[in-house]
Amino acid sequence: MMRIISMAQTEFRIALRNRWVAVAVAMMVLFSLVLSAAGSAPTGALGADRLSVVVASLTSLAVYLVPLVALLMSFDALAGEVERGTLPLLLTYPLSRTEILLGKLVAHVAVLAIALAAGYGLAALAAWMGDDRALAGLPALWRLFWSSMVLGAVFLGAGYALSALSRRPSGAAGLAIGLWLGLIVLYDLGLLAALVADDGGRFTTDVFPWAMLANPADAFRLFNLAASGATAAAAGLSGAANSIPAWAALTSLALWPLAALALAVAAFRRVTP
Amino acid sequence: MTMLTLSHLTKRFDGLNALCDVSLSVAAGERVALLGHNGAGKSTLMKIVLGLIAHDEGTVEVLGAAPGSTRARDGVAYLPENVAFHPALSGREQIAHYLRLRGLPASGARALLDRVGLGDAANRRIGTYSKGMRQRVGLAQALIGTPRLMVLDEPTSGLDPVSRRDFYAILDGLAAEGTAILLSSHALTEVEARTDRMVILSGGAMVAEGALGDLRRRADLPVRIAVTPSDIPCSTTTLLMALPGSEQEGEQVVLSCAQDEKLAVLGRIAGLSERIADIDIQPPSLEDIYSHFSRRAGQ
Repeated sequence: MMRIISMAQTEFRIALRNRWVAVAVAMMVLFSLVLSAAGSAPTGALGADRLSVVVASLTSLAVYLVPLVALLMSFDALAGEVERGTLPLLLTYPLSRTEILLGKLVAHVAVLAIALAAGYGLAALAAWMGDDRALAGLPALWRLFWSSMVLGAVFLGAGYALSALSRRPSGAAGLAIGLWLGLIVLYDLGLLAALVADDGGRFTTDVFPWAMLANPADAFRLFNLAASGATAAAAGLSGAANSIPAWAALTSLALWPLAALALAVAAFRRVTP
Repeated sequence: MTMLTLSHLTKRFDGLNALCDVSLSVAAGERVALLGHNGAGKSTLMKIVLGLIAHDEGTVEVLGAAPGSTRARDGVAYLPENVAFHPALSGREQIAHYLRLRGLPASGARALLDRVGLGDAANRRIGTYSKGMRQRVGLAQALIGTPRLMVLDEPTSGLDPVSRRDFYAILDGLAAEGTAILLSSHALTEVEARTDRMVILSGGAMVAEGALGDLRRRADLPVRIAVTPSDIPCSTTTLLMALPGSEQEGEQVVLSCAQDEKLAVLGRIAGLSERIADIDIQPPSLEDIYSHFSRRAGQ
């Protein structure tokens, strides 16, 4: 435990010095403020409190931004150690490869938590200043916060796995961008195209819900939108997936970090320093 | 007590032997130097001892356990060749981290850095350090918790002569407390005085092993004797005539003889003492012995 904490402490310090914390916070704050300014218009029409509307917008933002920030922090985690030549020495110390990864994960999740707290916090503050009913949206915001961290952990683990597989930071960066494009952008586009082509047939009823649950980013979106029913209208794809209950999305979201981390550990075990 | 035992160790990379049938043991308090050309297998041997790579045949026992096991890692310190650290951390933060990984309080970092002469730079980032300073951070981390076996890969590369002397003084202290030390080096003259035993690797095979005196006897290389005549050029001619096989080199008369003829030749030279101003006997150097054994193995 002491060893994991020490790894985490050191990694957090490195993230701080490399300005990763500053970059992540700035990104989240900037996008959150833009969203809360733009999202103030439809409040009256929907009849929901302002914060709940902001949470719906933030959910769509988090689906893109959280995996991106997580992959940016993690692609270098192992390939960087290999390239700097710091890995062989670290591996002669009495700590396991799983402990090394857990230490890095704790540090990177902490960076993510700081960035999310800053971004979501500011958005909440802005919403509350414009609408005093906004406190009603706090549970939804809290749900968004912790599920964003879970989503981040999934992509941190995936980033470590890619980092271990490619062993060179440049290669790992390419794979990370590819993963982000594939899972976040192209996956949904593909599903949308299939839905249109299927036109309410067997794909829509039998395959589509599972396809949504199989992607951690979609599961994250489903969970947050399903849990706050008031804003379901704002939710593009999930409109077609109304049949998926929140618990199913949550189960998928809870299993993904474990799977990603297991993948990372397996890939890391194959690295020969 | 034996800290490290290798027996019939073989390691292949893509069908080529990187190490072939190497047997070696290092006892507590013993300092063993591993010598060899680049690619002779020194680093591979060390990485196998540390459990970083697996071996193909033979057995390896580190502190009575398997290499890379928790028990072995608890008691073994390693200093890699061209040791590297994250440039964003300070020397003190890096050493504190390594202390905690070994379950020791981080407060000992300053004392370790003082011990290797880095006390003043402890709070500066390692990115600003020179190569010699990084090497000293590497040494500081290897000293954590008084290891029972130290594996040092080219530990003095990048160190200036004074730092080298300090470095070997630290090693002597550790060996006296019972730490077994296995180190590799290119600086042959340096390990000559500072280690108990040498192992010469060539093309992955162990071609010689023993104390320097043993190796010298076994190599049986000629001794070079240089005589300075007292009266040039008159004595020079006399000496060249009296000493068969001698040659003139500058102002000196030089001859080589086998180890067992040494006394007879010296007796003959002593008989010519009125013609001689000075005499210099040069035993074969470690470089000569090293090339002798490496060449014999077909390098």
